[in-house]
Amino acid sequence: MNLVNAVVQGVLLGGLYALLAAGLSLIFGVMRLVNLAHGAFAVTAAYGSLTLVQHLGWHPLMTLAVVVPVFAAAGFGLQRGVLTRAATRGPLTPLLVTFGLAVIVESLLLTGFSADSRTLPTGQLSVASVRLTGTVSVGVLPLLTFAVGVVAVLGLQWFLFRTPAGRLMRATSDDREAARIVGADDRRVFATATAIALGLVAVAGVFIGMRGTFAPSSGAGVLLFAFETVVIGGLGSLWGTLAGGVLLGVAQLLGAAIDPAAGVLAGHVVFLVVLAVRPEGLFPKAVIA
Amino acid sequence: MTLLRLDDLNVHYGDFHALRGISLSIDEGETVAVIGANGAGKSTLLRTIAGLNAATSGEISYRGQPVDRLPAHRRVALGISLTPEGRRLFPSLTVEENLLTGAARSRPGPWSLRAVYDLFPLVEERRNRIAARLSGGEQQAVAIGRSLMSNPALLLLDEVSLGLAPVVVDQVYAALPKVVASGTTVLLVEQDVHRATAVAGRLHCLLAGRTALQGAVDSVRYEQIVAAYFGQAEAA
Amino acid sequence: MRASRTTPFSRVSAVVLGVLVAVLAYAPYAVSRGTQTQLVLLFCYVLMGTMWNLLAGYGGMVSVGQQAYIGIGSYGLVTIADQMGVPAVLAVPLAGVAAGAVAWVTSFLVFRLAGGYFAIGTWVVAEVLRLVFTQVDGLGAGAGVSVGAYGDLGPAYRIAVVYWLALATTVLSVFGVYLLMRSRTGLGLTAVRDDPVAASSLGVGVAGAKRLVYVAAAVGCGMAGALIASNTLRVQPESAFSINYTAVMMFVVVIGGIGAIEGPILGAVLYFLLERELSHFGAWYLVLLGIVVVAFTLVLPKGLWGLVAGPRRQVFPVGLTVMRS
Repeated sequence: MNLVNAVVQGVLLGGLYALLAAGLSLIFGVMRLVNLAHGAFAVTAAYGSLTLVQHLGWHPLMTLAVVVPVFAAAGFGLQRGVLTRAATRGPLTPLLVTFGLAVIVESLLLTGFSADSRTLPTGQLSVASVRLTGTVSVGVLPLLTFAVGVVAVLGLQWFLFRTPAGRLMRATSDDREAARIVGADDRRVFATATAIALGLVAVAGVFIGMRGTFAPSSGAGVLLFAFETVVIGGLGSLWGTLAGGVLLGVAQLLGAAIDPAAGVLAGHVVFLVVLAVRPEGLFPKAVIA
Repeated sequence: MTLLRLDDLNVHYGDFHALRGISLSIDEGETVAVIGANGAGKSTLLRTIAGLNAATSGEISYRGQPVDRLPAHRRVALGISLTPEGRRLFPSLTVEENLLTGAARSRPGPWSLRAVYDLFPLVEERRNRIAARLSGGEQQAVAIGRSLMSNPALLLLDEVSLGLAPVVVDQVYAALPKVVASGTTVLLVEQDVHRATAVAGRLHCLLAGRTALQGAVDSVRYEQIVAAYFGQAEAA
Repeated sequence: MRASRTTPFSRVSAVVLGVLVAVLAYAPYAVSRGTQTQLVLLFCYVLMGTMWNLLAGYGGMVSVGQQAYIGIGSYGLVTIADQMGVPAVLAVPLAGVAAGAVAWVTSFLVFRLAGGYFAIGTWVVAEVLRLVFTQVDGLGAGAGVSVGAYGDLGPAYRIAVVYWLALATTVLSVFGVYLLMRSRTGLGLTAVRDDPVAASSLGVGVAGAKRLVYVAAAVGCGMAGALIASNTLRVQPESAFSINYTAVMMFVVVIGGIGAIEGPILGAVLYFLLERELSHFGAWYLVLLGIVVVAFTLVLPKGLWGLVAGPRRQVFPVGLTVMRS
């Protein structure tokens, strides 16, 4: 049955959106900074993986071992070098800076890789599937993506609420100056948060590349889906993020099942309806961090 | 032995000259009270020692080493801990989490969760409550506890009694002798001269950013303190 | 001593501006059609930059979705002029009104989001409109539609009419923003931007003023969209709702100077020249624009106009200056 299949696939897609949203949400939760370059970074990670696949013949999953640390390090540097300066200049500055970064990144990808759509070759993984019922079967890759999304959200939750470093991150988010007097190096904490967020973005980007196609201009859509996931789920609630991702994924694939051109639009409409009816999100929580 | 020494310290907020040539020396084990009216520069003094404000000139040395260039979090690791004005707990964290953040750069010493709970039994009852939901007195106790968790050698207490009912202030101050007994040197800011003289061995009175009077509590007369506090001519 | 709105600098500037507008108005008699078409684009940059400055510089709202109103304005022109038969001269302002109406409705949604999330929310709205217009067969769906409104005019006359329309719309809009910022509402907004806490304690009504600014900016962008469509004679969803319009607005405002009426005018001229000289570098040109936005934001947040301006050096004096008489 087509609709059941769409729902199942949508739920699995939701794991990917939750993964994307977790990074956006972490940066916002800790630094009150909205990173408009979030989508562009994810796409860059996919291109990074593609480069390794092409030159070294690696499987895209193997490239995670390189791409993720590189992105985490870049995130650390970005926070220390650019965003710290931007964050002290009022609310407009980070938006202008991250939008500018998105333009720079997208244009650089355009010069390096052309505007053509690409995909990451996954070999056997792309055709392997598990049969759930007589008519519904799910691919191993979508299942793996979903699992990675869930693990990432759980892991982030565990880090923030069960480890001393996570506790200090939440404390710094609450009151930066007070964090300094308990011995937190606030700039280092922020840089660590950005590093984690970009690591998550890198994972998401590679899975985006494995599941479908990407082009330098794909960043905008990725940013919007991540953002819609955050808002639908409720700002700052990690469990909500997972639910928001699932709802968005289901809406998109149900919409696409009805009319192939209407998938993305259906997702946007669900977002707008949630915003109109329940602006605090479906699973509101005071703070992530 | 001298623990903290301030030498001709000047601090500016933009054009405003908040501290003017403050010199002060505190020995290990002492309790010193900084008194003065609103805006005299008391909080600025503690914040500068803690590393939250930068001095424009002058020197801060701790155990004989200059610490002026160290950021606040490094000073915590050396044993300087500020309990700031307004408590400044982390509102979304629980009481126990707030205390645990205080141990982020903990040195070896007598203070632990257990010891803080023994000092403030009420705090233990509230351990799983979100800090934002505490009363002012409870928050103050947690804030002091959070400072103690780092096992400070020098505890900077800023306006402990601000906004609290007198009976609550009594409870908070009742804990102070135990803190001092554990070997901690205390520099506290207090507007209430009677409370300051009751707990401190020495007084340092600020008036408009300048030292108006300093000395052992039993060596200064009450009229002198009042004069220094309000800046009357015979303060000298 | 007396308080005065005008200064010697502003009075001289007013005269210079008046002469400049008169010269520009005469241009169709003197310059080629190609140049006129180029200048229409410049006027649109001034108009769009002014609107984005109104939003971000005065209203404190960073919108990444102003292309929504460019698109509505473009399609509005086609609907109102071609399909309803209204003369183009009227259709341009009416397309602006249509964009304003859409903005008024969407404001109730996007105003539920604060700060950075507001920015992305406006982008979603623009994407929704783009996707919807891609589905409307009566407007050419994804392939787009040609503008026929000026069909009965000869090419030379059409270009001149569009030119004058663009000049008039831009001059009146800039002046309109100037009057708005001088008004009680405008001064209230400036107060909110500079110190939200103090302003709210003075009883400045923030929400209403912000909605007014959001709608006004959409009207301006809608008219810009109608003028762009009049200039290119083709409307297509991908380009009419392109994020690039917002990127241009942001660039124009950031290099010119945010929070000053003069800023986007200066920025638009600079952007216009840069585009002429460098756009053949393609993606590298965009990299440069991005770097300039980041660098200006961090190093020169008041833009180039900020280097020139002072309390007595304002072309458009919004507040009062104390003068020695």
